[in-house]
Amino acid sequence: MGKTIAEKIFDAHHVDTPSGDIHVIKLDAVFCHEITTPVAINDLVSRGKDRVFDAGKIKAVIDHVTPAKDSKTAEQGKLIREWTRRQNIKDFFDIGRNGVCHALFPEKGFVRPGYTVIMGDSHTCTHGAFGAFAAGVGTTDLEVGILKGVCAFHYPQTIKITVTGELQKGVYAKDVILSIIGKLGVNGATNKVIEFTGPVVDRMNMEERMTLCNMAVEAGGTSGICYPDMITVEYLWDFIKGDYPSKEDALKDFKKWQSDSDAVYDEEITHDVSGLKPLTTVGYKPDQLKSIEDMGNTKVDQVYIGSCTNGRIEDLRAAAEVLKGKKISDDVRGVLSPATPGVYKQALKEGLIDIFMEAGFCVTNPTCGACLGMSNGVLASGEVCASTTNRNFNGRMGKGGMIHLMSPACAAATALTGYITSEDKIQ
Amino acid sequence: MKNFNGEILFLDRADINTDEIIPAKYLTEITKEALKPYLLEDLKLETFDPKKDIEGKKAILTKQNFGCGSSREHAPWALEMNDINVVIAVNFARIFKQNMFNNGMLAVELDEKTIQDLFNTFQGKKTDLITKFEKGIFIFESEDQRMEVPFTITDFDRSLITAGGWVEYADLHY
Ligand code: SF4
Repeated sequence: MGKTIAEKIFDAHHVDTPSGDIHVIKLDAVFCHEITTPVAINDLVSRGKDRVFDAGKIKAVIDHVTPAKDSKTAEQGKLIREWTRRQNIKDFFDIGRNGVCHALFPEKGFVRPGYTVIMGDSHTCTHGAFGAFAAGVGTTDLEVGILKGVCAFHYPQTIKITVTGELQKGVYAKDVILSIIGKLGVNGATNKVIEFTGPVVDRMNMEERMTLCNMAVEAGGTSGICYPDMITVEYLWDFIKGDYPSKEDALKDFKKWQSDSDAVYDEEITHDVSGLKPLTTVGYKPDQLKSIEDMGNTKVDQVYIGSCTNGRIEDLRAAAEVLKGKKISDDVRGVLSPATPGVYKQALKEGLIDIFMEAGFCVTNPTCGACLGMSNGVLASGEVCASTTNRNFNGRMGKGGMIHLMSPACAAATALTGYITSEDKIQ
Repeated sequence: MKNFNGEILFLDRADINTDEIIPAKYLTEITKEALKPYLLEDLKLETFDPKKDIEGKKAILTKQNFGCGSSREHAPWALEMNDINVVIAVNFARIFKQNMFNNGMLAVELDEKTIQDLFNTFQGKKTDLITKFEKGIFIFESEDQRMEVPFTITDFDRSLITAGGWVEYADLHY
């Protein structure tokens, strides 16, 4: 009987089966940020276990609130900063070099096909784009990951989604994943891995695959996952060229992380995206969707472009393409947060930041900020935001605010008109 | 092993979410102790007053889907810091339940009818829970009533409790 990619990764990392289908697996990377890690650090200290399993496999960043906005967030930053020094964790990204974790760590080449990754953050599933098993965990799981380099999971069950057809112009990876969440529902993949495959995924670049995997958790999924291919090799090449004589050799090695044709799935779905139109969410759950063209005159107060879902260079390019030479509506506040310093610098080089600023956007430093209603664009009650983020939960970007999730191109179009608009309506 | 005995807090409602157990605004706290005063601060339940009703309680009896919503581990911590180490419900949200055992705390599911019987018999009376962990038996006791209810948990969850949580268990085994 064949195996799925997630099963192969689990079997290659197996440490123990303490009971039933619970598998304890060895971790290749443990990621940390300043919101969920400090309590784990304090707890380790109070237990007299202030150690780490392998300082080289732990990567840390301050990203959720940066620069610190008050004394409490300053303390969180201080705690993780001092801990990385004390534990000799070299890959720590502090202000000036920091950015949104799930955009920054891939950019640094920290995730490879076949890896197991955990983080105290639900969108850790993003890293599955590289053919890794990557899952968000609670703080105690994170604490054990830091201390022992292991984590316990149910042996993975997988939903395979084969994405077929041709995407129409103006329809993006964001629309694809929203439509999949609409099909599965917010609990449809609970306790399961979602495998994204098929010709549409094969054609996607790494940024798009990350957008896809990023929102697996919004359908309840433990991890999203894509098969590694030549596009994965190209993206990682600078980091792996010492390990392989050629790209073909790397590809050959990566290919072992692919589901077998006779693998057994919990569910198999074919998802044709040929007729897909640009989508947005309505209400407070990401599976409540509408075509943008059916939104009528929905006015917005703010447009937010950024986050681990859509704050990468491809996203800024798509939005800038719509904004070029135009001004946003007087009634709209436009906020752009490039996800990492790398994205920011590239956007500067390509003249994209100019376009955003000429259009009237405020450009912030790389941070999560407004995505979780912490800083840099919190909503007031009754306000409406068109956002490229991943969660439209009640109060997520500010108490009493309403969020409509959408692609960067539609967010840009919306900023121009002041009401929810798809890119094709802009001349 | 933590303490699983003492007076019961009755929360007669389903779907109590982690925002009600500990509101998001306290997530910037960096110690578990700091969460103590805010437990169940935003709970939507008539006649419940967090300032009066939590004091002295050691266990919670509630209905379906306790701990749904965000995965924040602050929820079991806020309970733990109030010395409430056991929650009995019809069922739990997955991550909340795992977080409880990871902290060496007990999250036990009893069938709907039993839970309803317990509410009918004991709600409104001062009721103590006595946990016979090894035998898998809860004893509910008020001045005039006594009920014995068997419970089961998985072997893994049992070893997490005995070890005092996932950190101690993992440090011992791996
Ligand atoms: S950008 Fe938003 S969703 Fe992504 S890690 Fe930051 S807070 Fe979480």
